[in-house]
Amino acid sequence: MVNPVRNNKLAENAKMKDKNTISNGVKFAIKNLDIWFGTIHALKQVSMEIEANEILGAIGPSSSGKTTFLRMLNRLNDLSPNFRMNGEVKLENDNIKNIDAQFLRKRVGMVFALPLSLPLSIFDNVAYGVKMHGVKNKKLLQNKVEESLKEAYLWDEVKDRLNESAFKLSGGQQQRLCIARTLAVSPEVILFDEPCSGLDPISTAKVEDAMVKLKQKYTIVLVTNNVKQAARVSDRTAFFLNGELIELDKTELIFTGPKDKRTDGYIRGKFG
Amino acid sequence: MQKIKEFIIEKFIFICGIASIFFVVLIFLFLLKEGLAVFKFVKPLEFLLGKNWYPISEPAQLGILPLVLGSLLVTLGAAVISIPIGVGCAIYIAEIAPLKIKETLKAGIELLAAIPSVVLGFIGMVTLVPLVKNIFHLPTGLTALSGSIMLAFMAMPTIVSIAEDALYSVPKNYKEGAFALGATHWQTIWRVMLPAASSGILAAVMLGIGRVIGETMAVMMITGNAAIMPNSILSPVRTLTATIAAEMGEAVVGSEHYFALFAIGIVLFVISFIINVTADLFLHKDQK
Ligand SMILES: Nc1ncnc2c1ncn2[C@@H]1O[C@H](COP(=O)(O)OP(=O)(O)OP(=O)(O)O)[C@@H](O)[C@H]1O
Ligand SMILES: [Mg+2]
Repeated sequence: MVNPVRNNKLAENAKMKDKNTISNGVKFAIKNLDIWFGTIHALKQVSMEIEANEILGAIGPSSSGKTTFLRMLNRLNDLSPNFRMNGEVKLENDNIKNIDAQFLRKRVGMVFALPLSLPLSIFDNVAYGVKMHGVKNKKLLQNKVEESLKEAYLWDEVKDRLNESAFKLSGGQQQRLCIARTLAVSPEVILFDEPCSGLDPISTAKVEDAMVKLKQKYTIVLVTNNVKQAARVSDRTAFFLNGELIELDKTELIFTGPKDKRTDGYIRGKFG
Repeated sequence: MQKIKEFIIEKFIFICGIASIFFVVLIFLFLLKEGLAVFKFVKPLEFLLGKNWYPISEPAQLGILPLVLGSLLVTLGAAVISIPIGVGCAIYIAEIAPLKIKETLKAGIELLAAIPSVVLGFIGMVTLVPLVKNIFHLPTGLTALSGSIMLAFMAMPTIVSIAEDALYSVPKNYKEGAFALGATHWQTIWRVMLPAASSGILAAVMLGIGRVIGETMAVMMITGNAAIMPNSILSPVRTLTATIAAEMGEAVVGSEHYFALFAIGIVLFVISFIINVTADLFLHKDQK
């Protein structure tokens, strides 16, 4: 169950945290968060902290509020007309309500379930967000695109075909392209919402590899329907059920000896 | 029993479909037959590019260039006015307006679409025409500009409602993707929504303009109806449609004037056909 690579990763991560002292290594502090969509109570009294440079996995059955939780962190829920919230979400001591949504979303990037390639070249797909934020210098753009593609572990596969349409890439490559596009705007946190749900095992492995390496620089929140994926890549795992945060602990503990029966049941159910 | 019923219904629908095609072909053939007869009297180029439209003088001069230019001028003016306002309105309704204002606006636009063109023309005649006359100090307010403004009102409902649909049908994740990259609302509209909806918006514009070109009553009432070469948007003009409507009653059946009016019909038909086909191409570009 617990793989050896993971233990190394955790040790590595502990070291990283010592280095990273911004607000005691806490990226997000969430207190008594309630979210409603109309009459649906989607999140109930959720309190937790997300540490800097960790991969926080979020698992739970369908409609348990995982996506809602994730979209809270970059205020994408605000787009829903019937959205209401109570409680407090802080990004490094600033209540995210008080941060301009577009600045918050620059700091907190997001990768969606389906790769959202634009009908543009590979280069332009990655440069898209950067250009939108006003960077026009060609050299600067080129550097940024190359750097982001390298960080997303896609550079070697596409460096000779940057001007080809992004649609020529495989699903897994497109998903890493989306990761590169998100990285290009230099976020601090990256939110992943079931990023591998449409991918084959090999592409999935590549995206997972990319995530594990990315946490050196970024904080990652990963929502996944694949419990094994949480076990493979996340440092800590949160289990959601019916909008409640049932349990949040080190991934090993969640998968070997969860405190709550329901967590145990869900994990076993998924494995059984 | 059920089978027979199916059979009858199927055949009936088939006949309806065939009938409509049959009638279209009949109308088209009739138009061609009557219209092309004019070329017995005048050469095609002289007809299309002749600058004088004196159909009842002796000998008749049948040049439709002033009429074509009149139509184009009025249409162009209407397009320049209605496209930005219409598309802007569609963006406002689809993206920005709060629910209540949205409903009100949509109702208002539907109402605008429901006003008969004669009524619009009539209102234009008593309000717009004097206004244009006074603002530009003209001898008469019956000008191409007045027609353009009036027609812009007619094109707007079409443009707004189809462009709005096009904006609604942009996949939600495009929009969210842009927001998630830190785009402002305006950046999202300008860089994501509009490009993604561009084919639908172009179709909206084409259909709106198609409506303008075919419009007769209102233009006849307020453009001055002078079949002369227009030299600016402030001169009186006469459109192709108005010419047919105004002169068909007095043209002697079988005369060259009569055939010329049918030929104008063909020209109009060709123009509308091109516009509709272009609109269709844009509308269905995505589905292919
Ligand atoms: N924009 C919205 N409008 C209305 N209800 C919503 C909206 N977004 C989420 N909900 C509701 O909130 C609840 C939680 O949904 P959420 O998408 O967070 O679940 P999830 O855990 O991500 O599920 P899944 O695994 O299926 O993606 C559901 O009951 C859902 O119907
Ligand atoms: Mg979800």
